[in-house]
Amino acid sequence: MVDIPDKNLLAPGHRGCAGCGASIAVKLALNALGENTVAVSATGCLEVMTTPYPETAWEIPFIHVAFENSGAVASGVESALRIQGKDDVNVVAFGGDGGTVDIGLQSLSGAMERGHNMTYICYDNEAYMNTGIQRSGATPFGASTTTSPSGVASFGEDKPKKNMPMIMAAHGIPYVATASIAYPEDYVNKVKKAAETKGPAYIHLQQPCTTGWGFPSERTIEMGRLAVETGSWILYEIVDGKFEITYRPEERKPVKEYLAPQKRFRHLDDELVEKIQKYVDAECKELGL
Amino acid sequence: MVKEVMTSNKAVAEAVRLAKPQVIPVYPITPQTTISEYLAQYVADEKIDAKYVKVESEHSAISAAVGASGAGVRVFTATSSQGLMLMHEILYAAAGMRTPFVLADANRAISAPLNIWNDQQDSIAQKDAGWLQIYVEDAQEALDTTLMAYKVSENPDILLPSMVCLDGFILTHTVEPVEIPDQESVDAFLPPYVPEHAYLDPKDPMSIGNFADPEYYMEARHDMDVAMNNALDVIQKTCDEFAEIFGRQYGLVEGYKTEDAEIIYVAMGSLCSSIRVIVDELRAKGEKVGLLKIRSYRPFPVDAINEVVKNCSKLAVVDKNFAIGMGGALFGDMKLKIDKEIYGFITGLGGRDITPEALNEIYEITKNGPENDVTWIGLKEE
Repeated sequence: MVDIPDKNLLAPGHRGCAGCGASIAVKLALNALGENTVAVSATGCLEVMTTPYPETAWEIPFIHVAFENSGAVASGVESALRIQGKDDVNVVAFGGDGGTVDIGLQSLSGAMERGHNMTYICYDNEAYMNTGIQRSGATPFGASTTTSPSGVASFGEDKPKKNMPMIMAAHGIPYVATASIAYPEDYVNKVKKAAETKGPAYIHLQQPCTTGWGFPSERTIEMGRLAVETGSWILYEIVDGKFEITYRPEERKPVKEYLAPQKRFRHLDDELVEKIQKYVDAECKELGL
Repeated sequence: MVKEVMTSNKAVAEAVRLAKPQVIPVYPITPQTTISEYLAQYVADEKIDAKYVKVESEHSAISAAVGASGAGVRVFTATSSQGLMLMHEILYAAAGMRTPFVLADANRAISAPLNIWNDQQDSIAQKDAGWLQIYVEDAQEALDTTLMAYKVSENPDILLPSMVCLDGFILTHTVEPVEIPDQESVDAFLPPYVPEHAYLDPKDPMSIGNFADPEYYMEARHDMDVAMNNALDVIQKTCDEFAEIFGRQYGLVEGYKTEDAEIIYVAMGSLCSSIRVIVDELRAKGEKVGLLKIRSYRPFPVDAINEVVKNCSKLAVVDKNFAIGMGGALFGDMKLKIDKEIYGFITGLGGRDITPEALNEIYEITKNGPENDVTWIGLKEE
């Protein structure tokens, strides 16, 4: 079981939407990391909803500089802490999918390659949600967003999701994992492992977004579960290059059960749903699920 | 104190060694490259106890610098030209977050066309970023200014980053004799940085870089304006203190033979050395001419400038940069703030030599009254 402490290091009262998955993602991560942690955030939902001057929801030291540079900012923070002998302080950086797989990719790649002792958590809600649901490189095939809308001549996003965890794994870093806020025990364990890792660790966390995906706010966790149970999102870790599935659904549900409750997929016809099912089947086969 | 022959890049690296920054994120670019190399070697040889962060771009260099400075340590970085342009966004963030570190810019032209040679367009393009900008004339001044920049930036009344601007190749790759201060004297002048406003300590959590809505944003920006104005006084005092310890006196500006001058050249950086020679030659011919060297371009030292130019009739502002359709940046600022007859001259772009003939031409045109308020000097005839 996950031990949830009385004091949350991400305080309540922030400006996240009702049912926001990002606040759950950060709260769980900070619980796992503890007070001896410094957080870095990219510009995005998380930063905007937690740090409106003169308020802050962060009970630990926090720094934000810009959208595309949280990997580099964390590199500077980590270097400053280590040169002062503060080797026991955790450094964690958070970026959304846009700030991680698109505009922040170079900065993050540099940080991972250099071997900073830090944990980077991508909270992936599969589009630019802070600015109103524009597609990112992490938007899945078939999703309708405001910049990949479905229409007479379009079925929405026409390319599959960028495989960011494997891009990170290709850096040869000691710890890479995928996670979901709907599996807190699995996620918290991974954050702890990441923090204990000597060197860079990367966690790619799927985080359902009530506003951007178009489902009722009380169904956030249910969406996360359906993603995993249908094989649309696979929970694994790669420790020192060794790949392992960390959660296997007893019986993989049809992907339609995951797509149907979400407004962003509602326009898809049976043919496209079948195409997505085939994508998912192929991915599951490749990873051994 | 020892005297050695070295380039301005080496002089900057020596100043950095003496200033003891703890984090140095830097990305190499011509003609800054040797600064990044010297510092890498100093760290490798334990001459500096610092983390040298081998970043993958200038954008990450400046981002890591803000992160490290935000975490509460002294930081140095350096760049040039396209690298400074890539940093542009974060230069503003660094100033707005009030992270007081120092950046050396090896002044170089900006693409396109691609050009690696000297002019000052790169740092001029960042003049409104909220950074202090000091332009140096020689290697000794590069070293001394880098040390003073930390003291000014870290002053609680300032807390803005400083850019030390040195002309590419003309200074960065030219050797001159330089006095290297001893560590003890530098330590007395520049004690370790103790952050009071921004640090990342789990024992005393704070949030840095919050977003500010219309209720707060203007005050944050206005505070920077106040700090920049405060810097006029602090720079002068720091120069005076430096002179007491090290015996070399600098200021916001420097006048050369300006007391009785009718026409005064106005320039920044290494060009001032060339103009001094021309001033001497013209004086030998009986011309009443002088030079106003602008060291501190940001903050812009209006009172100090007025003090130097009060007796003259005309100013010839020589810019190694330009805003298309508007003339040089220094010319524009002088026109805006100084109540004199002012003419602008654009020359030396992309490393074009600024010859004695060109400087004499500027004087002649100014003396006779130019046809236009801005004149390009040294353009090739068709």
